[in-house]
Amino acid sequence: MSDPPPGREIDLAVPTTDSQEMEASVSENWSFSLYIAGPSPKSTRAAANLRQLCETHVPGRYTIEVVDLVQDPSIARTEDIFAVPTLIRRSPQPMCRVIGDLADADDMVGDLLGFEPTPMG
Amino acid sequence: MFVAHNGGRTILPPTKEVVLMRRDQSSAEVLDSGTSSTGLRKTPTGISGIDELTGGGLPQGRSTLVCGPAGCGKTLLAMEFLVRGFRNFDEPGVFLSFEETIDDLVTNFVSLGFDLTGAEDAGQLVIDHINVGRGEPNASGDWDLDGLFLRLAAAIDTIGAKRVAIDTLENLFGAFPNAATLRSEMHRLFGWLKERGVTSLITAERGDGTLTRHGIEEYVSDCVIALDNRVIEQASTRLLRILKYRGSAHGTNEYPFFIGQAGVSVLPITSHDLSYPVSTERISTGVASLDAMLGDQGPFKGSMVLVGGGPGTGKSALVASLCEATCQRGKRAMYFSFEESPEEILRNTRSVGLHLARWVDEGLLELHCFRASLLGLEEHLFKIKELVARYDPAVVVKDPVSSLLGFGTSAEIAFLLTRQIDFLKARGITCVFTTLTDAFDVGAAQQKLASLADTWITIRHETADGTSERLLQVVKSRGMAHSNAIGALGISAQGLEITTRAGAAALTG
Repeated sequence: MSDPPPGREIDLAVPTTDSQEMEASVSENWSFSLYIAGPSPKSTRAAANLRQLCETHVPGRYTIEVVDLVQDPSIARTEDIFAVPTLIRRSPQPMCRVIGDLADADDMVGDLLGFEPTPMG
Repeated sequence: MFVAHNGGRTILPPTKEVVLMRRDQSSAEVLDSGTSSTGLRKTPTGISGIDELTGGGLPQGRSTLVCGPAGCGKTLLAMEFLVRGFRNFDEPGVFLSFEETIDDLVTNFVSLGFDLTGAEDAGQLVIDHINVGRGEPNASGDWDLDGLFLRLAAAIDTIGAKRVAIDTLENLFGAFPNAATLRSEMHRLFGWLKERGVTSLITAERGDGTLTRHGIEEYVSDCVIALDNRVIEQASTRLLRILKYRGSAHGTNEYPFFIGQAGVSVLPITSHDLSYPVSTERISTGVASLDAMLGDQGPFKGSMVLVGGGPGTGKSALVASLCEATCQRGKRAMYFSFEESPEEILRNTRSVGLHLARWVDEGLLELHCFRASLLGLEEHLFKIKELVARYDPAVVVKDPVSSLLGFGTSAEIAFLLTRQIDFLKARGITCVFTTLTDAFDVGAAQQKLASLADTWITIRHETADGTSERLLQVVKSRGMAHSNAIGALGISAQGLEITTRAGAAALTG
């Protein structure tokens, strides 16, 4: 396993709406924290897979926070993270955790994250 | 660029290299372990007994596995390894718990006098708890335990830890769906610990017919310690065995251990290899007629003399007269009493013609009086060790050791006394213990004591013709011809005197 070249960027979708606007349950906002340990291929894949899933299921209604534990290992302790990548869904409640790079098929991961099944693939 | 959203936590792009060991380095772990046959460095645990059994401690910079059934003392051993580390050797430690929470650990160890919170504040200890109790998390795709490595690395770096305890690592197996990934991660963890140069102690639960539930022993090649908890003679007995210690000789038997108020104590039966300096010198009991029964010269210097008898049979008077004789020779004596105060001892022995007070004044006699219930067994041992090391007496009296019964199982007390006798004999100190025996009904601890004794004297009351008589008998006295007579012990203001019945005074081996 080799690390990606330093300085490589990981593209993440920037949400269009602000997360404070939590009005109707219909347009509920989805909020995720993705915990990674450095820029490994697994981290990159996890971020890309998550973004793609969100774009498919909840476009424009999500925020993704990527937290690199290498930068601040104390977060691993406060959030009790030991496997990486760990994804925490902070909203909608209840919180849930998924570990791994989210590489399974779209509907499987979507199910873990709590997305409604999409009518079209 | 890593971009932070939602809440303003700014995540910068990683510029430092990843501090974790990469996967391809873990294969190096197998290579270098064969070179340790000479000059293997050891990290003393500071736990009584274990350092003796391992010839100096655990393999330094390596991992040691401690396995055993539930409730056998694994967590305690792991924590004590750290506590002794920073207390005795100035080595900070990290405790990584997969079971008990930090609060639980702190509370549980208060009773052993371990102030974990204080140690954390002083930068001697970091406790981290990893909650695997959530049940199996959802997983999708590939993952690793770098988060765990980071936590551990951060904890080690914070205090400059030299020791790491992980309790119980195998709990991770219940927490993850993919055992294969977990196995490779465990392998990586042990390699990583080694690379960090920390001496680690990993606990694991015994499996059904296997050493550990998930075969974790195959990753730890340096040292394996098995604990057990069995019921022997209706008494629950804890046992410790060193199964494996690469590159080092070690005791191979099962050794009993107990958990006292100061932590774990292992009793290596053959501590000091029973290689005491053996003396042929004899000491007087202060009672000429008793010396006569003991091969005409009294017990050996540096031996163990046990005086057993019922209440009021004159045990204390006998050992006091031995103290008197010792001080008369200009030697120091140390008297531990668990029943009488110093003033009582001085007054009561004065009535039998002994003037111990002057020896106290001359600094040849020290009286230490406390209730046996004051100290835990382990503390008791420790205190006496300390006092003896300071005073360096020729004779140590404990009156009566039977007071200790009831403050532990007879197995524990027997271990305690064996160790104490070992310690005293190794220094050439004559130990004189009295024990209160109820006629001939001796318990397990007393029996053990009697078998440890080099010279065993019993005194009992016998009533005949409206009077009562104290009858003294030398039951055994190793290495000397001793009398098989039963003598009448007379105690008067002139002192002690034994009159043997006519015709019975033969010396036997």
